[in-house]
Amino acid sequence: MSGVRVLIGTRKGAFVATADGTRQRWDVSGPHFGGWEIYHLKGSPADPNRLYASQSSSWFGQIIQRSSDGGTTWETVGNKFAYDGPTGTHQWYDGTPHPWEFARVWHLEPSLGDPDTVYAGVEDAAIFRSTDGGHSWQELPGLRTHGSASAWQPGAGGMCLHTILLDPGRPGRIFVAISAAGAFRSDDGGGLWQPINRGLRSEQIPNPTAEVGHCVHRIAMHRSRPGVLFMQKHWDVMRSDDGGESWREVSGNLPTDFGFPIDVHAHEPETIYVVPIKSDSEHYPPDGKLRVYRSRTGGHDWEALTNGLPQRHCYVNVLRDAMAVDTLDPCGVYVGTTGGQVYASADAGNRWAPIVEHLPSVVSVEVQTLP
Amino acid sequence: MIRVVLPAHLRTLTGVSGEVKVDVEGPVTQRAVLDALEVCYPMLRGTIRDQVTHQRRAFVRFFACEQDLSHEPPDSPLPEAVAAGAEPFLVIGAMAGG
Repeated sequence: MSGVRVLIGTRKGAFVATADGTRQRWDVSGPHFGGWEIYHLKGSPADPNRLYASQSSSWFGQIIQRSSDGGTTWETVGNKFAYDGPTGTHQWYDGTPHPWEFARVWHLEPSLGDPDTVYAGVEDAAIFRSTDGGHSWQELPGLRTHGSASAWQPGAGGMCLHTILLDPGRPGRIFVAISAAGAFRSDDGGGLWQPINRGLRSEQIPNPTAEVGHCVHRIAMHRSRPGVLFMQKHWDVMRSDDGGESWREVSGNLPTDFGFPIDVHAHEPETIYVVPIKSDSEHYPPDGKLRVYRSRTGGHDWEALTNGLPQRHCYVNVLRDAMAVDTLDPCGVYVGTTGGQVYASADAGNRWAPIVEHLPSVVSVEVQTLP
Repeated sequence: MIRVVLPAHLRTLTGVSGEVKVDVEGPVTQRAVLDALEVCYPMLRGTIRDQVTHQRRAFVRFFACEQDLSHEPPDSPLPEAVAAGAEPFLVIGAMAGG
């Protein structure tokens, strides 16, 4: 029987939860790398036993861990993330120039076809690539040296490149998102980049429709239709039908259009999920009720999913990388909270139950569907 | 043989418990000890000092013989007691909660 493996990154270590295809009983292992912040773990689509993990600490810096047996054992690989050439400056919070400084890896995106190739999105914003299984890392400097880069600025969590989407239908096309610069696209494998923020509107910047400066929180796509993108922005849920050339708002009837994660159903490209959060200053669900919202129409019309989720006194957040879907039928949906719960739905969001509770604050959740 | 005490996070990373012992040829300096440590435990590269500049990471300090050696030049000799193996060289994570 097929199964799933849920990779959970937390502020104090990594956890791995596994279940068979019913997704009713879970075995949880961990903490792996106890005491370290695990921003992200992700498995290779080409080899599900190949996992990568970003392990970091404000004291001791960045470590990259790699597993070749599905997370049973791990080895440290390369952790030298050196910007390629002069680093220049971006804007600091007060608008003054600030030099680029590497802080950590936020997101690891393994190649769709080669287990030894993996991309890393880092703070301060840049994208790196390894083609030797993580032993060495080379920056793709065309992004950081884009002409707009001196105007990029950090979001509250730092100036992080947190989203990397590899287009399965068009090799060489890569989408990334940076807080708070916006979304960018490369069509040549990461050499040249262009901002793709037309249609975004952000009242928090001097020119609300500027080419860059938007705090994009997350972008998602469906593999069968990579030209259609969905975005959760600082405020606003957005959609693009032309590979990011233009965006339109699809927040519709959401109770608030602020939030962090967004994801797409594995088998229904027009079914999307978000977790509305009260506001940019109050990072918890409205009314103390944790509600995942689902749209079956690609936006605009949303329904609250509450069955099995806490509906009183709940003041957790779901961070940008802490939602994932599996590819079983029915599609499973997973969210991790800053309160240390990971909830799973084995029926596309209709009913939810916790996989595990009382973990350290959850930073990221990824799911592998296993044969 | 130089004795080195690592902080808990780095003991976890290296998989060691207790002190680490490294051989240093030539003058026993901060740089020589860290070089030897990183040869024995390559996963420590970048965790104590920057891989490019070799500057000590901001939240890391070096103590030995009840002295704070964090701001000593990296090529200054360490105390004789450290060089003789009588006292350990301590790598310390700056005290903070979380």
